[in-house]
Amino acid sequence: MNQVNDRSRDLGPMVPQPDDDRIICRCEEITKGEIRQAVHDGMFTLTEIRRYLRTGMGLCQGQTCAKLVKGIVARELGVSPAELEPATSRAPVRPIEMRVFAKEGKGDGADE
Amino acid sequence: MKRYDLIVIGAGPSGLSAAIEAAKRGLHVAVFDENGKPGGQLFKQIHKFFGSREHKAKLRGFTIGRQLLAEADAAGVEVVLNAVVIGLYLDKEVVVRLGDEIRHYKADAIIAATGASENMVTFEGWTLPGVIGAGAAQTMMNLHGVRPGRRILMLGSGNVGLVVSFQLLQCGCEVAALVDAAPRIGGYGVHAAKVARTGVPFYLSHTIVKAEGEDHVTGVTIARVDEKFQFIPGTEKHFDVDTICLAVGLSPMSQLLKMAGCRMEDNPKKGGQVPICDSYGETSVPGIFAAGDVSGIEEASSAMIEGRIAGAAAACRLGFITREELEEASSAYRASLSQLRQGMFAPENRGKLLEKTEEGVDISMNLLQKGYLLDEEVEKYPGVTRRKGIHPVIECSQNIPCNPCQDACAKGCIQVGKKITSLPVVDGEHPCIGCGMCVASCSGQAIFLLNEDYDETSATVTLPWEFLPVPEKGARGTALGRNGEPVCEAEVLEVKTAKAFDQTRLLTMRVPKEYAMKARFFRAAESGVGA
Amino acid sequence: MKARIDQHPILGKPEKGRPVVFTYNGQELTGYEGEPVAAALKAAGVMVHRYTKKQHKPRGIFCAIGRCTDCVMIVDGKPNIRTCITPLREGMEVQTQYGVGGKPFAEQEAAERKGSL
Repeated sequence: MNQVNDRSRDLGPMVPQPDDDRIICRCEEITKGEIRQAVHDGMFTLTEIRRYLRTGMGLCQGQTCAKLVKGIVARELGVSPAELEPATSRAPVRPIEMRVFAKEGKGDGADE
Repeated sequence: MKRYDLIVIGAGPSGLSAAIEAAKRGLHVAVFDENGKPGGQLFKQIHKFFGSREHKAKLRGFTIGRQLLAEADAAGVEVVLNAVVIGLYLDKEVVVRLGDEIRHYKADAIIAATGASENMVTFEGWTLPGVIGAGAAQTMMNLHGVRPGRRILMLGSGNVGLVVSFQLLQCGCEVAALVDAAPRIGGYGVHAAKVARTGVPFYLSHTIVKAEGEDHVTGVTIARVDEKFQFIPGTEKHFDVDTICLAVGLSPMSQLLKMAGCRMEDNPKKGGQVPICDSYGETSVPGIFAAGDVSGIEEASSAMIEGRIAGAAAACRLGFITREELEEASSAYRASLSQLRQGMFAPENRGKLLEKTEEGVDISMNLLQKGYLLDEEVEKYPGVTRRKGIHPVIECSQNIPCNPCQDACAKGCIQVGKKITSLPVVDGEHPCIGCGMCVASCSGQAIFLLNEDYDETSATVTLPWEFLPVPEKGARGTALGRNGEPVCEAEVLEVKTAKAFDQTRLLTMRVPKEYAMKARFFRAAESGVGA
Repeated sequence: MKARIDQHPILGKPEKGRPVVFTYNGQELTGYEGEPVAAALKAAGVMVHRYTKKQHKPRGIFCAIGRCTDCVMIVDGKPNIRTCITPLREGMEVQTQYGVGGKPFAEQEAAERKGSL
């Protein structure tokens, strides 16, 4: 079992850091400290962190913070960022109003 | 549901190139791009590109963009703008937002050419208005004609940070400092040198402590960092700036490929999450290809070739050309691509400290740390010679894939040779006629014409000039050294323009003889540039 | 130094649409038709586009290509409009966004208190 999946691991207590109040996810205003705490709360994957804190779930859909969050989680787990599976990609990958998302166009579109 | 033979996602350099190659071979091709204008980042690139003639070297990015659009049009490629691809699925279904509706398209082949997104670093105050990405700066100044700020601090010394710093100077902004946490400059030395000679100080092994300001940036504090990138107390420096520009790398924008079920890997050498591709750019899903930055961060020049290969490969997959025809087309492209991947900045050399050039000449550590060659080391390079009369001095000290200087000289004074990463050699046999074509053609602005025998006491130095205002003939001012420090008085003798120079002007200044090998920039008595 | 570039050494004179009048928080400003709203605001010296929902912090242009969504404002009454990719039109009404509302937080809170009574 790799270190990311080993849920029995003891990460030790969360030691506060001076920059814990720094915003990481700009859209949802999630701080570094909140992300670190989430790892200590047992959220070891980026998908879990996303559901737990809403990092990368705001308007920009993680365009800006995905790599930053990954780095923080990896450091907290003591693994390399490359070992962390990125969060699931799903449509819509760009912000879109629900009224547009729900409106299926008729006809051929581009050629019209 | 509308069908195409091929759908390309992204109308940047690789996407357009891919679409052109496929359409030329008879495929019905659509290119979807989320932006209102095609060309990706090419239209923000106002500098001349590196490479050789086949890579469109010495042309400016936006010129290459125009050529690609004309070529796509002639090939019958349908480019659909403001078309936001929001989903891509295993069965090659593409879901697109067009206007206020969602449309579904299917194709027999897909080429994802979605490019990259900018990396960011965090520091205290990084969310303040006035902290912007380097791409934002380029977009504002080069597309929309609005200066990103008055006085700017640039973080990042890769090619993007260096090139954008120069572009900021070109549009009249002041660059207070160029800062990088790394101990050495990441981009081409020639890009650094053209910024340094205007007087911009470089702070390597430094990074931002905090951005200051209540509602927007009014200043910034930087400090030196140790080998573990920890701040060293007591080394703080403050700058009054209104803008902080971040140029700290790019990541492939590969979410659509992951969504489609392509096998992915996290590859730091390629900048992050990329699809695993074969040598044609085909992913683990047959018929889905990737080209350009989405499959690994490189330059626009290589992205265009990758696009051409993927386009031809898609044509082969759909049976429009034979395997042999694909081999023939792609082997030429591959040779051209491997030329760009040679030299000091080749992918395998990323992050390595090279101490000598391929020719065995010492690489200037000052160049890597401060952005300029020292007076005493410049004559080590084979492009720098001294002789009677007018002659080129080529301050090119790294093995980069580039050779327009060789093509520019009709008299054969300049040799790069077969290997395009070799340092240019100025040979004493052939006469220099002082035409200046080499000065204007050097994408790195590293070539100067010197005449150390102009008269009894003075020499002339001709340098590339891409700023406003253009000094008048007879203007007096100060010659600056490679480090941007004043070295002597100077008088402008001539400012030449020519269509072949492509907007670069050749400024000839007269300086005292003993400063001929030191004076490399001109600052008018009253001017903003270099101030 | 003004923000508009009149003449560029490589690009020449920037190509612009016709001048149009729009409003920013009720104040009349002039920009060029078709340029991004954010460019017109930047040229007019506007730095703050919105204040965030949780911490009430100022935000402005960050990526300028429609990815980061930091520059969103209320445009013609609609919140969350990415001003960096929204073309400017004559008579557009552009407002600072507070959270997702158009009124400063104190007013929003006062209205909420009133509503809950």
